[in-house]
Amino acid sequence: MPDLAAYEPIAGPSVVSDLRELAKRLAGRRVLMVNSTRLGGGVAEILNRMVPLMREVGVDARWDVIEGTDPFYRVTKKFHNALHGKAEEIPPEMFETFLEVGRSNAQRIDLDVDIAFIHDPQPITLVEQRPKRPAVKWIWRCHIDVSRPIRTVWQFLEPFVKRFDAAIYSSPAFAQRMDMRQVLVAPSIDPLSEKNRELTPEEIDAVLARLGVPKDQPIITQVSRFDYLKDPIGVIEAFKRVRKSVKCRLVLAGGTASDDPEGEEVLAKVREQAKGHPEIHLLMLPADSHLEINALQRASAVVVQKSIREGFGLTVSEALWKARPVVASAVGGIPLQVKHGYSGLLVHTVEGAAHAIKQLLNNPAYAKRLGENGREHVRQNFLLTRHLMDYLLLFLALDYQTETIRLNGV
Amino acid sequence: MAMDTQADVATAGLGPHPVRPFRFYTSLILQESTGLRAATLAVLLKLLRTVPESCIYHHTHFFLLQHNYLIPEPTNDFAYWIAEVLGEEGLGELLASMDILEHRTLASLREALIETIDRYVQEHPTARLRFVGEGEEFFFIKAVHVIVPTRFQASTLEEFAYALEHVSPASLYFHMFDARLRVGERANDFAVWLSQQLGLAELGESVAGLDPYGHTLEALRAILLGLVREELRRTESAHA
Repeated sequence: MPDLAAYEPIAGPSVVSDLRELAKRLAGRRVLMVNSTRLGGGVAEILNRMVPLMREVGVDARWDVIEGTDPFYRVTKKFHNALHGKAEEIPPEMFETFLEVGRSNAQRIDLDVDIAFIHDPQPITLVEQRPKRPAVKWIWRCHIDVSRPIRTVWQFLEPFVKRFDAAIYSSPAFAQRMDMRQVLVAPSIDPLSEKNRELTPEEIDAVLARLGVPKDQPIITQVSRFDYLKDPIGVIEAFKRVRKSVKCRLVLAGGTASDDPEGEEVLAKVREQAKGHPEIHLLMLPADSHLEINALQRASAVVVQKSIREGFGLTVSEALWKARPVVASAVGGIPLQVKHGYSGLLVHTVEGAAHAIKQLLNNPAYAKRLGENGREHVRQNFLLTRHLMDYLLLFLALDYQTETIRLNGV
Repeated sequence: MAMDTQADVATAGLGPHPVRPFRFYTSLILQESTGLRAATLAVLLKLLRTVPESCIYHHTHFFLLQHNYLIPEPTNDFAYWIAEVLGEEGLGELLASMDILEHRTLASLREALIETIDRYVQEHPTARLRFVGEGEEFFFIKAVHVIVPTRFQASTLEEFAYALEHVSPASLYFHMFDARLRVGERANDFAVWLSQQLGLAELGESVAGLDPYGHTLEALRAILLGLVREELRRTESAHA
């Protein structure tokens, strides 16, 4: 795994030296990260990188995962959907299962730390140990879009959230009106990962050839699973409008979970819409197709993310990091990543998406400028190093109540 | 502000009046939600009157750091949201062109923002009818500033030039913007030190007279370096 020095040429030497300088004040601080899984999903992906980097700068960070049962994960899946605003039937015994599993984990997890950093709702009940651990600072990191939660589930979780010293949300749109410290930390991409590292033109060509996508016309790409909320059908409609005047290809790259009946339904509709259009490429990729996604994004003339709802939408930052011009819906965390007219184009409709794609295809210099600005925007705001900096700042800020914290030299 | 710790008061041994070295600091920013949001100009105005001053500072300055690579730099958060999201371009233009340098305090800046929006809404009543959808509101954010010394320190103009060339954009931002509005100095940190410690009143005045809002941070660095190097050349030729 790359060490912090490897990020210096990318993020800038001053960013890395600021990180090291700040971390001196946290040397030996014991931080425990707790989430629900060590493998799979964005949270585990980030922790896999974040914990070693924290340790490298002197923070005594470790990572534990809660142990759950199948009924427990069925509850937490329902919680997840409900927090995203989907109505779910949750009988009282399910809430009880959630609490029981939380308590048994509290017996097992070693909370002899300075900071307990709890990710998402699954381990949230650990905070019940607070009276036994008065010296511990508690942080709840919410990775979910909780802007429109189903009230019953939020009301169940809220008393736990309030017991933390701080809650972290990815976007101000997700923060609640609560009398507690609510910190804003956007997620990040790792510029050195397989999905984002630089690729040679030969590597890109080889992937495209393998996937059967010719480079004879400009490529428009959307990377996301086949889900109504990602609006793949809207993307095809927009593409058809564009194609009337500009020759181009469309790539919809993603997958669908085998246990998701809706995913199959969406895919069937997408196939129907794409029928008779050889210039539309539907690519069903396995979840670990990082190199393929990287190559497709880099080969694209325009990257689209026309979601109807979006948690944060890090695929936008992935594309911007590759200096690709982006057309994306103004939902979720996307407006934080795209400043309209500066680092991409924000749209609200199929017609708007088609118009924006045409503007970019017809004005390569403009498209190039937006892409380059986007790359710099990601460099400043959405790289792993900034994410690490925000966490370190929060660890320090937990000891203060003031808006200005002055630290002397170490 | 930059010279308020014991470590900085070491004498540099330059002549009868010891020079207090200039220590470069950097300001690292942690953003916090206030939970307050506005979907219309009426709500924006109402909240503008009551949010903490740190919100006013954040939304009129943070963009300078966040977008310091953009030429020309984008507008402040209020102007951007009103023009690009709410769609009231005329008002967005008025807010983007506000002369922040005219305001010595955040209270005065807050008043100017309120007055500009209030007057516009009275002159353009239909602007009141505009609203944005859920998720596109103006979210009021406040910032915690963590101020950390950097390894750069200067006791002479040469050392100052070297440090100026190498410090991070966040450090420049701190000394050029924070010192004046958040810390309440009359001029930026650099100007005060150059005049008071090095006795370079003319250079100090030129630096104090710069409009930092009219440039990106890198452009500002280049201008400052130009002024300092010119002074160095002048001193050199006077001594030759």
